[in-house]
Amino acid sequence: MSIVMPVIIGAGPAGVRAAQALVAQGLRPVILDEGLRPGGQIYRQPPPGFKRSKSVLYGFEHRKAKAVHDTMQELLSQVDYRPGSLVWNAEGKTLDVLRDGVSTAVPYTHLILATGATDRVLPFPGWLTPGVYTLGGSQVALKFQGCAIGSSVVFMGTGPLLYLVAYQYAKAGAKVAAVLDTSRFGDRLAALPGMLRAPGLLAKGLYYMGWLRAHGVPLHSGVRPVAVHGGDRVTGLSYRQDGQTRTVDCDAVAYGLALRSETQLASLLGCQFEFNTRDRNWTPLRDAAGRSSVPGIYVAGDGAAIAGADAAELSGERAALALLEDTAAHYDAQRAQVLEARLAANSRVRDALERAFPFPVDWAESIADDTVICRCEEVTAGTLRHAARDTGAQEMNRLKALTRVGMGRCQGRMCGTAAAEVLAHAVGRKPADVGRLRNQPPVKPIPVRVVCLERPEKVST
Amino acid sequence: MTQRIETEVAIIGGGIVGASAALFLRRQGVPVVLLEAALCGAKASGVNYGGVRRQGRGLEQMPLTQRAHELWGQLPELIGIDGEYVRSGHLKLAFSDADMALLEAYRDRTRGFGMNLELLDRRALSQRFGWLGQNVAGGSFCPEDGHANPRLVSPAFGRAASALGADVREGVRVTSAEHDGSRFIVRAGDELEVRSRYLLNCAGAWAGRYAESFGEAVPETAIHPLMMVTEPLPVFMHVSLGVQGGGIYARQVARGNCVIGGGRGVSSGPDLARPGRANVGALMANATQLLPVLQGAQVIRFWTGVEGNMPDHNPVLGPSAKVPGLFHAFGLSGAGFQIGPAVGEVLSELVVRGQSSIPIDAFRIERYTDAAHGAVARPESVREQTLESP
Repeated sequence: MSIVMPVIIGAGPAGVRAAQALVAQGLRPVILDEGLRPGGQIYRQPPPGFKRSKSVLYGFEHRKAKAVHDTMQELLSQVDYRPGSLVWNAEGKTLDVLRDGVSTAVPYTHLILATGATDRVLPFPGWLTPGVYTLGGSQVALKFQGCAIGSSVVFMGTGPLLYLVAYQYAKAGAKVAAVLDTSRFGDRLAALPGMLRAPGLLAKGLYYMGWLRAHGVPLHSGVRPVAVHGGDRVTGLSYRQDGQTRTVDCDAVAYGLALRSETQLASLLGCQFEFNTRDRNWTPLRDAAGRSSVPGIYVAGDGAAIAGADAAELSGERAALALLEDTAAHYDAQRAQVLEARLAANSRVRDALERAFPFPVDWAESIADDTVICRCEEVTAGTLRHAARDTGAQEMNRLKALTRVGMGRCQGRMCGTAAAEVLAHAVGRKPADVGRLRNQPPVKPIPVRVVCLERPEKVST
Repeated sequence: MTQRIETEVAIIGGGIVGASAALFLRRQGVPVVLLEAALCGAKASGVNYGGVRRQGRGLEQMPLTQRAHELWGQLPELIGIDGEYVRSGHLKLAFSDADMALLEAYRDRTRGFGMNLELLDRRALSQRFGWLGQNVAGGSFCPEDGHANPRLVSPAFGRAASALGADVREGVRVTSAEHDGSRFIVRAGDELEVRSRYLLNCAGAWAGRYAESFGEAVPETAIHPLMMVTEPLPVFMHVSLGVQGGGIYARQVARGNCVIGGGRGVSSGPDLARPGRANVGALMANATQLLPVLQGAQVIRFWTGVEGNMPDHNPVLGPSAKVPGLFHAFGLSGAGFQIGPAVGEVLSELVVRGQSSIPIDAFRIERYTDAAHGAVARPESVREQTLESP
């Protein structure tokens, strides 16, 4: 019988549930976690020694967070958990993993990618002013170290995270100067029937909004940013609403437009991608169980497509069952069906959420020419537009070659989405038609003097 | 529905060679259709190291590289951009006295070709280039060699040709090329058929298959030079660095990133290559040895490409031995960026005047086709060759 050496990348809700399902069948997966403690971004744990209760840290979700943490705690003796591990390269059946300055080759026979997501951001004037954060980043600061990004914070963008983080900041004692939603009230009204499929989620959202309103926080809809003010530090934000421009004083801004999947490893491993209309982004092609186009590689959680923490738990477990099935191990087919049904239901709720908080498709077009899109390489929107006009660049990789967009430290992880939106507008095409940036190793910058082990440990398959 | 075009010259391949041929032909008013499978300058021409170097080339390439040097001096007039081209100097290092002797012998052999090589001993090196590692024995400095940005330069040749009226078609993959006795017929599936009096085979690593289809099989192989780039660093180095015998080469761009090449990537399909996990570690280790200042720097990207290579590391350049009107220019063996513009000009001369003003006999295709194809099966030389060697 062939040896199965499963590796899971990521120890968020998807990775932990995947590990649990594999361990239940007697496998001992390697779990590579970029974080220092399990939980991923959504259930990120503070460093040891921080004494805040889970209910303070995670609010309504504290039971789910606790369940994920407890599960991982129970699994620790049965898995090979490697925190602080950056998977910076992937090729064939081997991963290159940087940990404590040393790169080790980690072989696998089967791989579950549960790589999570980062904020999706579109630039606007002043977005590089110190004090401007992404929504997710502002939440990480709060969860991880109990820091607020400022004492008077404006939250801007759209999506459920917008109200959640604003609420968490207010509860933590920060002043929330305003919540500015780019979606319109009518969008949310239209999505109401769909949202009724998830009464719990709807109730939480309404609760956050109600609580914020009751505590005097101005909530505005149908907003577009005009500019962040301030030099060394944010002093305010002006925005447009109903044809009027208004300014709100603040010393920090948290903003984001939903999330963007971390797909670099899937790309390096040769997985096929498809344009995911709901995410407005490219995500790995997968079946209902999470199988990618490459045999033995599975994708789960927000790294596969944006679906939130609950779906991540379901898709992580589902992917693990697919792995078991593919290795002819015992797997619970009935459970697999239940998971798929729940994921399908979740997907319908996601449709409604997308309708409630639609992506502001006109934002990219309105970005001024002198606004920096790619901050690693300091490439402006105007540079992208001129390159598209003067050279006929119609495709992202061509745009990258000609302008340096996405060529810096982040390799397009942060700016790629915005650049694609700007290019699509500039050439009058759909985002799906301008392609996606090809990925090269390393996934994140690595020291030149990194110590590489030349050969992987032996794997028998 | 097949579109049919009649033209004077059809060119397969929109790399720096094919596109500069189109440009020089258009300067003389010759009708040209250029067919590029991907985007102009998107393959080897656009993803290479960016060395613009004469030093290190064999004697047979000297007239060509000299002419190319003149053309590089006119780059903005040629293609409308400066392409980040700088005559920074090219410093070739020796790590042993034996290698130093080879650099000296090379200097003596290539006198008269305008390179003005300057030999530097260890002391002179550390005075001028204090950032070099301690184990250097000496070097040879070529003051007017330099580097440029291939991402910008190579596509610009295609645009310049197009601006002068060349019919440049990107995303057109040639599926067959033949001669019907009077004209060349070049087809791209059922979409397009180009008929021409002349055909230029400038298809880089893919050119061997067109040569073969005209009965001229050559031992062209594909190589995948491995590259990496660091995050931007304070500028410490202007020269482009090479090493006697090859192995590693490095330059720093104005923005501060160090571009470093050495070793090979790996093939990942018939037309693709990837950096290859086995080699990136060696490249990083060699880089910090060559440039200790990189100890604290971060690598932000590895990449490679697909380049045509010939066993003698010289291109195939000149008329077909079998089909009148067919001209080959391929197999530039990882050292084509600098000579590319001159190769294009030579091709235009071959078409317009029937001969080249630069000696190109050493690059005749017959040197392989006559050899009964024994060379086809010959394994790739074990000596490590890089863009910077020999």
